[in-house]
Amino acid sequence: MAEELPTPEELISKGYKPPKTAWMDTPVNIRKGMYCYASTPKTVETLGLPNPRNWNPLDDDWQLPDNWKEIVFEGLRERLDKFRSFKLFMDICVRCGACADKCHFFIGTGDPKNMPVLRAELIRSVYRNDFTKAGKILGRLAGARPMTIGVLKEWWYYLFQCSECRRCSVFCPYGIDTAEITIVGREILNLLGLNIDWISAPVANCYRTGNHLGIQPHAYTDMIDFFCEDIEEVTGVKMEPSLNRKGAEILFITPSGDVFADPGTYTAMGYIILFHYLQELGLDITWSTYASEGGNFGFFTSHDTMKRLNAKMFAEAKRLGVKWILGGECGHMWRVIQQYMNTMNGPADFLETPVSPITGTCFENAKSTKMVHIAEFTADLIYHNKLNLDPSRNDNKIVTYHDSCNPARGMGLLDEPRYVINSVCNHFYEMPSNTIREQTFCCGAGSGLNASEDMELRMMGGLPRANAVKYVHEMHGVNMLACVCAIDRAVFPALMEYWVPEVDVTGLHELVANALILPGEKKRTTDLRGEPLPGVEEEDAEE
Amino acid sequence: MKGKLKGILEEKKPAILNAWFTVVAESYAEETAKFLRRQKDPFANPVGRAISKTTEELFDDLLTGPDYETAGIHLDSIIRVRSLQNFTPSSATQFIFSLKSVIRDAIGKDIHESGLEKEMVEFESRIDQLGLVAFDVYMKCREKVYELKSNEFRDRYYNAFRRAGLISEVAATPNLDKSNNMTKAP
Ligand code: SF4
Ligand code: SF4
Repeated sequence: MAEELPTPEELISKGYKPPKTAWMDTPVNIRKGMYCYASTPKTVETLGLPNPRNWNPLDDDWQLPDNWKEIVFEGLRERLDKFRSFKLFMDICVRCGACADKCHFFIGTGDPKNMPVLRAELIRSVYRNDFTKAGKILGRLAGARPMTIGVLKEWWYYLFQCSECRRCSVFCPYGIDTAEITIVGREILNLLGLNIDWISAPVANCYRTGNHLGIQPHAYTDMIDFFCEDIEEVTGVKMEPSLNRKGAEILFITPSGDVFADPGTYTAMGYIILFHYLQELGLDITWSTYASEGGNFGFFTSHDTMKRLNAKMFAEAKRLGVKWILGGECGHMWRVIQQYMNTMNGPADFLETPVSPITGTCFENAKSTKMVHIAEFTADLIYHNKLNLDPSRNDNKIVTYHDSCNPARGMGLLDEPRYVINSVCNHFYEMPSNTIREQTFCCGAGSGLNASEDMELRMMGGLPRANAVKYVHEMHGVNMLACVCAIDRAVFPALMEYWVPEVDVTGLHELVANALILPGEKKRTTDLRGEPLPGVEEEDAEE
Repeated sequence: MKGKLKGILEEKKPAILNAWFTVVAESYAEETAKFLRRQKDPFANPVGRAISKTTEELFDDLLTGPDYETAGIHLDSIIRVRSLQNFTPSSATQFIFSLKSVIRDAIGKDIHESGLEKEMVEFESRIDQLGLVAFDVYMKCREKVYELKSNEFRDRYYNAFRRAGLISEVAATPNLDKSNNMTKAP
C-alpha cells in the first residue's frame, strides 16, 4: 500500500498517471472486489470436474497440475477443431477497434483489457504463438506470446470480467462474438479446476436437487403455498396451483430465483395469479419441484455441464407427459434453450409444437424447442383480448424496461415485453436508444458474476445501464425498472441503490398480476408487495 | 469570490476546463484516456460525461461559493465512479488538487503581472477544502459498497424465506422489517 502513495512532488504535479506499458507487458493485478471467490473442492468433486482443491486467486501458487500447459494446449486444440466459430474468431479479427468501447466493463472500469478486442487477444496471442505459422516465426511482431502462469492468471481474471452479454458482437463488422471466446476460455480454465464458487456451487446444487440454491421439493412446495396465502390476502381469491401433476398439458419452468429471492418472489406470485385466471379459459398447467430451475450455470462452466443440467427439462416433460413447456422470465435460460437445447438434448419428438389453449395461436417459432417464453404467451393473450386488465392499478409506477441481454440479443424478444407493459401500465418511458433493444447494456453481473464479493466490478459493469436509468428517472420521474430476467431482479436492487436509489425493480408478471382483475376478487387496496394502490390512501382519508 | 482573479478565471474557463479534463483523463491508461475524450455521447461514455460535467460544476462552485455542500453533491458523481476503479484513495481524489497547477499553467503570468498572488493563495485554499470534501464523499461511496456486500444476501434470500415462515427464529431479528419493500437495504 505504502509504495502506491504518491510522493509530495507527484501530488503537486498535474496528476496521477498510470505506468505506460504495452498491454502484454502490464502484468495482471488481481484486485479485491473485482473477482469472485474460487470454487471449493466439494462442488468441483460433485460434478467430477478436474483438480478439486482449496485455492485462493490471491495466492502465488494456484496448485495446478504439473502438466497444466499441456492441458491448456490440448484443450485449445480440441476446441479449435470442434467449434468452427471459435477457430474463425481466432483468425479473422482485423483489430479495427469497432468493438473496443462497446463493453460495459470497459466503459465502467476504464481498464483496456476489458475492451472486447483485447479480451479476445489475451487468448488469441497464445493461439498465434502455438497454432499459427506467422506467430511461430515472427513471435511478438505477429502479436504472439508464449503461455505463462501470468498469462493464465490474466485469462482467469478477465474471462470472469466478461458477462458473455454479446453487446460487442453487434458492432463487429465480422460478427465476432467475444462471448463465445469467453465461453471457450472458461471451459479451458475448468480443465484446470479454475472456476468460481458462485458458479460451481449453484451448478453442484442444481445437479443434486434441481435448483441453484439446493432447495428440496418440500421447501419449494412450502414457498408456493406461502405465495398462495399472500395472494389470497391481497385479492381475496384462493389459488390452487398444481405441482408435479402428470397428464397436464403444459409444464411450467422458471428460474428458482423467482421462487426464493426478492423481488422475484412477486413475479412468481404473478405467474400463479395469471395461471389461476386462465384456468377457466382452458389452461391446464403444472409446476415441477424437480425441474425447479430454469437457469443453467452449467452454461458458464462448459458445454458438457450445461447439457447435463439442461437435460432435466425434457426429462421432466416426458415424465409428466405434457405436450409442451412454458418458460418463465429468465435471461441465460433462454439462450441455452434457444441456441443449444435442441441439439444437446433434443429433438424432443414426444412433445408437440406449442399451441396456446386459450387463443389457438400456434408458436411456430418454438417448433424445435417446444418451449414458449411467457412474455410471448401473455402478449398473445392480451392481443386476443383475453385478459381483463385495470392498468390504473399500476399508476404509481412510472416504468422503464431493461432488455436483458440474452432474450434481446439471443432470441430477439424485444417487442412482446413492451407490448405487455404498455397494456398493464399507463406510464412507460424508454431509455435512450443506444442503451436498449439489441444495443442493451448488461446488468453488469450476468454469466455467474452476480456474487457479492465482486460488488465493485458489478457496480462498474452496471454503470452504463444505471446511467440510462438515471436519465429517465430525472427526465420522467421513472421509479420502476422492469425486466424479464431473474439475475436482473437479483442484481438490480443493489445497482440501483448505488447509482439511482429512487428506482425499484420489478418483473413483468408482477405488473401483469397487479392489473389483472380476477373474477370474484375483493376490492383490492394494495399491490402484491402490500403497498397501497394509487388513490387508496386518499379514499381512506376521505372516509 | 470577486475581484480581478475571478475575472481572469472566468475568461480562461474553457482553456482551464479543457486542461483539467485532460489531467483527469490521463489518470487512466492511454487508450482509455483517448476514449474518454473522443466519445461525446453521454450514454456511450458515462465516465467521460461525468468528468466534463463535474469539473465544470466544481469550477463554478469555486468561483461563486464556497458552498461546500453543493460542491459535495457535484463531487459525488465523479468520486462515485473513481472510488470503485483501480485507484488508491489518494490517486482517486488527486485530480482536485491538480486544478492548482492547471490554473497556474494557464494564468500564472497574469497572476504574477497583476500581483494577484494573495488572491490566488486564497483561491487555492478553497481547492484544498474541496479536496477534504472529496475524502468524505469517497468514504461514503466505499461504505455503501461494503453495506451492499454484506446486506445483499439477507435482503434477497433471507427475507423471502423468513416471510414464508421457513426460518425459525430464536428472537426477533433487528432491523429486518423494512415495510414491505424487501429489495432495499435500510
Ligand atoms: S460479451 Fe459483453 S461483457 Fe463480454 S466482452 Fe463483449 S460486451 Fe464485454
Ligand atoms: S470489431 Fe470485430 S474485427 Fe474489429 S476489433 Fe472487434 S472483434 Fe476484431
